[in-house]
Amino acid sequence: MLDATRHPPRLPAAPGVGFKPQHFNALRSDPGPVKWLEVHAENYMGDGGRPHAQLRALRDNFAISVHGVGLSIGGEGALDAAHLGRLKTLLDWLEPASFSEHLAWSTHGAEFLDDLLPLPYTDATLTRVTDHIDQVQDTLNRQMLLENPSSYLAFTESTWSETDFLAEIVRRTGCGLLLDVNNVFISATNLGYTATGYLDAYPTAAVGEIHVGGHDEDTDDQGAPLLIDSHGCAAVDPVWALLEHALATTGPRPVLVEWDNDVPDWPVLRAEAERAAASLSAIAVR
Amino acid sequence: MAPNQSQLRAALLDPAQPSPAGLTDGQGKPTQKRFDVYRNNVTVALSDALRASFPVLRKLLGDENFDQLAPLFARSHPPSSPLMMYYGDAMPTFLKGFAPLAHIGYLSDIARLELGLRRAYHAADSEPLDPAVLESLAPEALQASTLTFAPAVQLITSDWPLFDIWRYNMVDGAPKPQAVAQSVLITRAAFDPSPHPLDPAQAAWITAIQGGKTIDAAHDAALAIAADFDLSPLLTVLLQNGALIRMTTPKD
Repeated sequence: MLDATRHPPRLPAAPGVGFKPQHFNALRSDPGPVKWLEVHAENYMGDGGRPHAQLRALRDNFAISVHGVGLSIGGEGALDAAHLGRLKTLLDWLEPASFSEHLAWSTHGAEFLDDLLPLPYTDATLTRVTDHIDQVQDTLNRQMLLENPSSYLAFTESTWSETDFLAEIVRRTGCGLLLDVNNVFISATNLGYTATGYLDAYPTAAVGEIHVGGHDEDTDDQGAPLLIDSHGCAAVDPVWALLEHALATTGPRPVLVEWDNDVPDWPVLRAEAERAAASLSAIAVR
Repeated sequence: MAPNQSQLRAALLDPAQPSPAGLTDGQGKPTQKRFDVYRNNVTVALSDALRASFPVLRKLLGDENFDQLAPLFARSHPPSSPLMMYYGDAMPTFLKGFAPLAHIGYLSDIARLELGLRRAYHAADSEPLDPAVLESLAPEALQASTLTFAPAVQLITSDWPLFDIWRYNMVDGAPKPQAVAQSVLITRAAFDPSPHPLDPAQAAWITAIQGGKTIDAAHDAALAIAADFDLSPLLTVLLQNGALIRMTTPKD
């Protein structure tokens, strides 16, 4: 369980964006409503150079969220101790406001597959994931946030719903949750349930951050819609509607606009952040 | 029985394998295209990383050939850590053993150079050596001293005109490569790595200094290759680019 002396996440309940180096100057001269930045942990695990210098400059003006994509918390094997050590080194010097990772696996043995791969929701997976989160929180001495995946398929052996599975992880580890409403929309469409039903069953009290982002549309073997998480375009209206649905329950939370591929010029991304700001304002006056 | 991660991994990296059993679309229907999303994500992510890491290799091969090569490499050599900026360490050896390209001897050296530029970009910051330190020493003390390079400094040795090939593909209007052996020294004065051409004697001097030899011994190593070796132009490059960080002089 969570030790009371650990650092809780402390991002502002305001819009943030995923930091891209090409936006470095624009972010400092024209941040718009952006109050915090998210960076992928692994991109800053070199020894120095421009990536570290940019973070040191940005953290004077923005809260920083470190978002890991390589810890493989759902991996069948032990966590990579060397990688966890690198993460601790990064968090120790950067002192970010928050650290988050994914309910997924990406490493097998010595191989890193560079994707967030799916897990069966079983008692065995639950034990493994909670052990790994305990290890991460103990090592880092901070509460982490765990993000729900975007799913293209399910496992026949799953015995838990994703929302119950997440709630039980929170209960056992004291971690917080990163609610990605784009992932909720994708998974609900792909697996045939309603996104609002998912949110109503989701343990909203544990939400420390919300993600919105874009996805691509395809079809599966049966011609049914198959949405693919791309982070390569603006979020669609139904995803913004889900954000507001979620905020109505959680209250104001840090909201991140994710745009990792085909990254647009700054004004386009700033406009997405302004949309997130409008969603947050709508909650505040309610 | 549901697939374990070892079975999933094997199916992800082998496009000839069907979607593993035990997966569903949520309604109990087949999942081939759904499994292919993950398979495609893995291949595309790894190929994109290679495209970003090896721009000159891609130019030399052409986009179409590179796009065929990248998934082949990715499936046979997945990353060995989540630090994707260093992905592709196995590329030089892979290229040497890849029969359709083995006749283009310099591809492997270009891959080594591009990996070196990446490592230099992410290397630790360092304070350059003050040139006055060199000038302050008596000639004998200087000859007996050793030098330490900045963490970003890399030497990529080659029997090909490696610097010229790199520049011809990266800089508009650059001259065509000449048929000479050319190694490359990578330095990083601020944040952007810069490559510098070295002749074989200069490369021998750098190798000797990297190996902890004294300035005198490094000079001898360079003279053994070119009797007219002159350190001055190389020393200027090193000092102007912050490539030296420490001089160690033996105590009398």
